[in-house]
Amino acid sequence: MISDAPVLQQTSEPAERAAAPSRLSRYAGPALGLVLPVTLAVGWELVVWFGWSNGRLVPPPSRVFATITELARSGELVRHIAATLWRVGLGFAFGVVAGTLLGAISGYWSLARRLLDPTVQALRAIPSLAWVPLFILWLGIFETSKIALIAVGVFFPVYLGVMGAILIVDRKIVEVGRTFRLSGFAMIRRILLPAVLPAYVVSLRVGLGLGWMFVVAAELIGASEGLGYLLLDGQQLGKPAQILAAIVIFAILGKLTDWLIEVAAAPFLRWQDAFGRAKGA
Amino acid sequence: MLALERVSKTYPNGAQALARFSADIRQGEIVAIIGGSGCGKSTLLRAIAGLDRASSGTVTLDDEAIASPHAKIGIIFQEPRLLPWLSVADNIGFGLAELPAMERREKVARALARVGLADKAQAWPRELSGGQAQRVAIARALVPQPEVLLLDEPFSALDAFTRRDLQDHLLDLWADTRPTLILVTHDVDEAVVLADRVLVMRPRPGRLFDQIEINLGRPRDRNSPLFENFKRSVLTSLDRSLDRSVPDRDATQGPGQAMWW
Repeated sequence: MISDAPVLQQTSEPAERAAAPSRLSRYAGPALGLVLPVTLAVGWELVVWFGWSNGRLVPPPSRVFATITELARSGELVRHIAATLWRVGLGFAFGVVAGTLLGAISGYWSLARRLLDPTVQALRAIPSLAWVPLFILWLGIFETSKIALIAVGVFFPVYLGVMGAILIVDRKIVEVGRTFRLSGFAMIRRILLPAVLPAYVVSLRVGLGLGWMFVVAAELIGASEGLGYLLLDGQQLGKPAQILAAIVIFAILGKLTDWLIEVAAAPFLRWQDAFGRAKGA
Repeated sequence: MLALERVSKTYPNGAQALARFSADIRQGEIVAIIGGSGCGKSTLLRAIAGLDRASSGTVTLDDEAIASPHAKIGIIFQEPRLLPWLSVADNIGFGLAELPAMERREKVARALARVGLADKAQAWPRELSGGQAQRVAIARALVPQPEVLLLDEPFSALDAFTRRDLQDHLLDLWADTRPTLILVTHDVDEAVVLADRVLVMRPRPGRLFDQIEINLGRPRDRNSPLFENFKRSVLTSLDRSLDRSVPDRDATQGPGQAMWW
């Protein structure tokens, strides 16, 4: 009599168990990542709510959110975001084009590599912010110098990523190109660039991250609009909520643009037969 | 005609891989090159393909010297070497980039059907089995209709059943346009099934040791006594090329000896 019940239970349970983990695991991962920031935010909100802190230097989330909506309502926010996005976009485009071209050339032609790479590596060793005074002298205080600075930041990871990846492309695949008499730009276009595409996407994402970093530097130096300007303005007028608002928007934009690259690249990477894919599928 | 004249290859480290190899290969002939490891078989094939230059000597195809990959010479490697980012159809069409798209699609579709993979046209290479992938590689090499097709141990990574299957399939495809086939192999069975002539090479330095004409009609019966005879003479020649004493080969050979290393 006692043994009957467990046997019956066992037959029905596995079916439910099989369905539950798949539903759980789909949401559990992202949800788990939210636990810490949400707890901190709610916690701080409560601390200010109860009056344990006045929240003047560290404003609670509600005040940051209020600042954002206020900026949005006055149209300020759109103007600042547009200015920053425009700078990042242009700087990223220039940096990617230059980095891809030079990276591909010095990855493919060893003569070009020996000629070019030492100089590029030496330039890379310079902290990029050291260029700021020079760029301002050369290109003026307005947009050009800012975009140039961002482009420099984007250039190096893309250049290194493309060159490094080309150097380790499987010789056997390159030989296939050779047997079909490919060389020069045809070899780069039809064999080398597709082969390095996964690594290329990674270096684009690293480059974009640096682009966002450098746009802040550029806008802190001298700008009348842009999210970096909001940061500086908030500091000078003692408005920490505005600084935090700008930081939050930076985080959202950075994540969003990174995600855009990932999504845009995904259709071109479906061929991959790799560890990461198996996990995602 | 493909003429190899005193082809030698010495690597920069001083090792001589190939010494004065000469042979004339008729258009449409199937030649198998067999020999112990380090006898320069692959070096020779790569020189014919124009992938590596010979240190001295010449390779000429129809009186044209070959020093770099040539449109009339195709090659199939031991691994399929498909481009993983292209679909099966695009892999097969890889060598047809200069053709208009319509014509290319047509040729690719015909080649796919010919190798029995029409339903895999849009598959990725990673979705193919080893035998299927090698069939795609064969189609890719054949679709530009080369005069000479080089094969570097093309079936050695496949299981015995698939290997036989592909050997028969290769002969079937060969009959379409009858290109010259030059096949490097370790497998005596494979050499005798496929070749009109077996070239036996001798190592250190690699050079031609012996030639055996396989005067058997096609299709060849792998179990016929005549087939066994040819296999035995190739094996004997191989043993002599390595200065081994020739054991008394009787009819009770183990199956392991068919695959000669």
